[in-house]
Amino acid sequence: MPKLTIDGIAVEVPANTTILQAAESVGVEIPRFCYHDRLSIAGNCRMCLVDVEKSPKPVASCAMPVGEGMVVHTKSERANKARGGVMEFLLINHPLDCPICDQGGECDLQDQAMAYGADRGRYNENKRAVRDKYMGPIVSTTMTRCIHCTRCVRFVTEVAGVPELGATGRGEDMEITSYLEKALTSELSGNVVDLCPVGALTSKPYAYAARPWELRKTESIDVFDAVGTNIRLDARDRQVMRVLPRIHEDINEEWLADKSRHAIDGLQYQRLDQPFVRKNGKLQPATWNEAFTAIASKVKGLAGSKIAALAGDLVDCESMLALKDLMAALGSTSIDCRQDGAALDPSVRASYIFNTTIAGIEQADALLILGSNPRTEAPILNARIRKRFAHGLPVAVIGTETDFSYKVEHLGNHADLISKIADGGHPFATVLKNAKKPMIIVGMGALARSDGAAILAAARQAAETCGMIKDGWNGFNVLHTAAARVGGLDLGFVPGMSGKNTRGIMEGAGKGDIEVVYLLGVDEIDTARLGNAFVIYQGHHGDRSAHRADVILPGAAYTEKDGTYVNTEGRVQEALRAVFPPGEAREDWSIIRALSEVLGKTLPYDTFKALRARLATIDPNFASVDQVKPATWGNFGTAGAIASSAFDYPVKNYYMTDPISRASRTMAQCSEEFVLGGKLKSGTHG
Amino acid sequence: MLADKDRIFTNLYGRHDWRLKGARARGDWDGTKEILAMGGDWIIDEMKRSGLRGRGGAGFPTGLKWSFMPKAESERPHYLVVNADEGEPGTCKDRDMLRFDPHKLIEGCLIASFAMKAHACYIYIRGEFYNEASNLQVAIDEAYEAGLVGDNACGSGWKFDIYLHRGAGAYICGEETALIESLEGNKGQPRLKPPFPAGVGLYGCPTTVNNVESIAVAPTILRRGASWFSSFGRPNNTGTKVFCISGHVNNPCNVEDAMSIPLKELIEKHCGGVRGGWDNLLGIIPGGASVPVLPKSICDTVLMDFDALRDVKSGLGTAAVMVMDKSTDIVAAISRLSAFYKHESCGQCTPCREGTGWLARVMKRMVKGDATLGEIDTLEQVTYQIEGHTICALGDAAAWPVQGLIRHFRPELEKRIAAYRDKKVHEKAA
Repeated sequence: MPKLTIDGIAVEVPANTTILQAAESVGVEIPRFCYHDRLSIAGNCRMCLVDVEKSPKPVASCAMPVGEGMVVHTKSERANKARGGVMEFLLINHPLDCPICDQGGECDLQDQAMAYGADRGRYNENKRAVRDKYMGPIVSTTMTRCIHCTRCVRFVTEVAGVPELGATGRGEDMEITSYLEKALTSELSGNVVDLCPVGALTSKPYAYAARPWELRKTESIDVFDAVGTNIRLDARDRQVMRVLPRIHEDINEEWLADKSRHAIDGLQYQRLDQPFVRKNGKLQPATWNEAFTAIASKVKGLAGSKIAALAGDLVDCESMLALKDLMAALGSTSIDCRQDGAALDPSVRASYIFNTTIAGIEQADALLILGSNPRTEAPILNARIRKRFAHGLPVAVIGTETDFSYKVEHLGNHADLISKIADGGHPFATVLKNAKKPMIIVGMGALARSDGAAILAAARQAAETCGMIKDGWNGFNVLHTAAARVGGLDLGFVPGMSGKNTRGIMEGAGKGDIEVVYLLGVDEIDTARLGNAFVIYQGHHGDRSAHRADVILPGAAYTEKDGTYVNTEGRVQEALRAVFPPGEAREDWSIIRALSEVLGKTLPYDTFKALRARLATIDPNFASVDQVKPATWGNFGTAGAIASSAFDYPVKNYYMTDPISRASRTMAQCSEEFVLGGKLKSGTHG
Repeated sequence: MLADKDRIFTNLYGRHDWRLKGARARGDWDGTKEILAMGGDWIIDEMKRSGLRGRGGAGFPTGLKWSFMPKAESERPHYLVVNADEGEPGTCKDRDMLRFDPHKLIEGCLIASFAMKAHACYIYIRGEFYNEASNLQVAIDEAYEAGLVGDNACGSGWKFDIYLHRGAGAYICGEETALIESLEGNKGQPRLKPPFPAGVGLYGCPTTVNNVESIAVAPTILRRGASWFSSFGRPNNTGTKVFCISGHVNNPCNVEDAMSIPLKELIEKHCGGVRGGWDNLLGIIPGGASVPVLPKSICDTVLMDFDALRDVKSGLGTAAVMVMDKSTDIVAAISRLSAFYKHESCGQCTPCREGTGWLARVMKRMVKGDATLGEIDTLEQVTYQIEGHTICALGDAAAWPVQGLIRHFRPELEKRIAAYRDKKVHEKAA
């Protein structure tokens, strides 16, 4: 461990640490533009120059490894002069259009110009102007502002795995551009906006919408996939203006997927802001009382076996628990949180969570993906796989051939291949066996089919034969697509004794055995199959199921309520309310609590706090927020025949997966740009 | 003056056969096997003792550079890369070696590679050198055919392959790490150092990059002995050197002579003197476009070697002597160089990307005098803001010519500014 002195402070750091990192460890801040912890070192901005004794020139501290006995001065005259010079160079061709720049107020260049810039310019020539580039519906460009730090280039190449950005030209004519000026085909493209230290790359949907100092910031949890990305909701008045990632090393590091970042404009459209009751075949606006009375007149006196409830993908745990309790009070055991009908086994927790953990991927040395495309189901988790891939992780996939953003071996697309892995006969089984920490990811594409239970059993067997389950390592992982799923399974929103599951409920409703179906934010089912059942829809968007509903109860979206979510790893996280729900809409748990009273089955909690306390009594995991406890391995799945049919990835269109993203204009643009390929364009378009 | 018997490049003017037969007649490939038999350590020691300093411009001791390569081979192969991307304005020495004496280079490649335990050598040749690349490839083919290189080079048992790679005409690709990037197929942009190429170079493997001349003189040094080579020039500046003299002399030429030859003697003896006599001299750029210009007063006495020129705040560089007589517009000349560096900056790092453009624009105005007196100081400060703050030496190279101009010809700049202002005042009055 080399010892060195930085600004008179003695430091001892591991060899291969850079001067900049060593300085940070003792609280000495060194300005930088191109350097970023999670990207390769470029050393091109030269802002981090420091003065090292015995060195003839100032050295770039971001790239220079520490040496024994080094004496570093970060604030000497030579260092300050070097930085002042670099700052002047950066500014001579920078437009200084801060008043009309969206980066204003959170701009690295602006901040550092305050510290190192001069009070006037000495550059009397014409400034450079650069033509803007098209980078898709999410990233807006003002390339004249670019300082050529290449963070964006390094991000898309290294983290996102789509080498579509680069620099053309040289010298002062160098320009950052996308390949043939096409949109960035990455689900992580929004991150380049965060990375850009100046206003060259800004958010297109958020353009000129707000200034950072006007925004109220709320730390929350994302619900658009099951990763549980930590986010910050920036709101003004009653509207969430933008979503930014928060750092969580074990989940998202500091990245955020595009849907999570930009679907929020969907919260402004298609909202259910008052109750509706179907009268004479038409949905009519109603008061809360009328809506509750309509439900009560149908439900009161009805046998519990004729009532069923389903919970959707974006629902918080508290609401699910309240609905579960209500259904129990009504005598119904037909409840299910698996609207896609996935054969998940609620009795063994290890069977339905991502046991390895997301951070754990970085230890894996062989990976088999079964019926899942993490790139569209969980882009953040996919980035973690890619990170490991860069260190040599072999990845094999059973599923349709597609671009995962890293190289994979496609073993084929026959579901029964997993049996061959399970009995050790497949060549890749040998790769897994020879690995020290092998892992498998089972997706909903494998489980949400009629032979899902058999596939789950085969996957369990594969995990056991290939040595994925051992002391200190559990390589069996289920990748969920819904933020609500693990929470629902944890709190037991599943069929009770003689209760029906999703498939049973749908069939029952179709046949008339089930007369009332309560849909809590359920929009991914085929409502045509609900027959003549009385449908109660509680949710925030007038999406698929609301059209079929007999009573609509307007609920709150994830930004409008406090709530607990459990991510695919089984990590409990608490989301916070950033804004209030629109109009008459209320927080979901309180709607169910109010309804219970009208139905004469008053639930025993009056406050959100009490409800949350009850959550912890059902499963103690809910009390340990942000912790992943290893789950006990057990026997799960049902051995049986596996059809040789192909896996279908669950996410067909990444930009349209739920009521919010379907209502979002930005997501519609992305969908057209990336998925539909402009097929929707007509002669009158644009 | 160097005696003919002591010249290394005996076909510098292309008067003789450049092919294998002619090269052998001039002594190339003579006893190469015996040299290799002396072993790599002996070769490196001998090179160190010869005092040869790199001929590409920086003047780093060649033997020492070779000794930085890992001593033993590992899974990572070693590479020798020869920098034949000769692009420094005013320099044309490598070109004549490549087309008229290619076997000297090939033999040097084998010896240097053997000493550094490299089985492969890449020669990165400037794209514009079409005929040179053609001759060199013919020479390589001849050497393969004669068994001088290949699976059993010169019968030494050493497997040695040599590849020629043509560049695409970027000055920056003559910088060693940019050259490596380009060779790998990437955009020619210099890498950060450390790590140095001897540790992590071509394809991440230990690599030494040497100038053509440094490699081409090695066989002769080893044949005739380090002490023979070091008997020329001054201590720390030994050997013979090919000078490229261009500009306002009666007989511009490439000529090999001993190091530390007085500049005046070099010009008077080999080039027929300055056009219009020595007193008609305005200034000389002694080492290629990137070193500061020297006024006549210094040129009168200065010696042509690394240390002497450094002491007068210039440099030997590639020894490309550009002579300017009093008919020269010195400001326009330096302005042209600034335009060159603006055009050739790779754009990677800030001071060079932004600074070269700034210099070039101000210099362009200075030619007319369309500036203020204060801008001369600004210009000078900008050069110091670039110098030493960049990833590679191109920033320094862009700064130095302007520094030299301001250092020695400031009155000229001031005169023009005053004249331009007067002209404007008169125009207004009229």
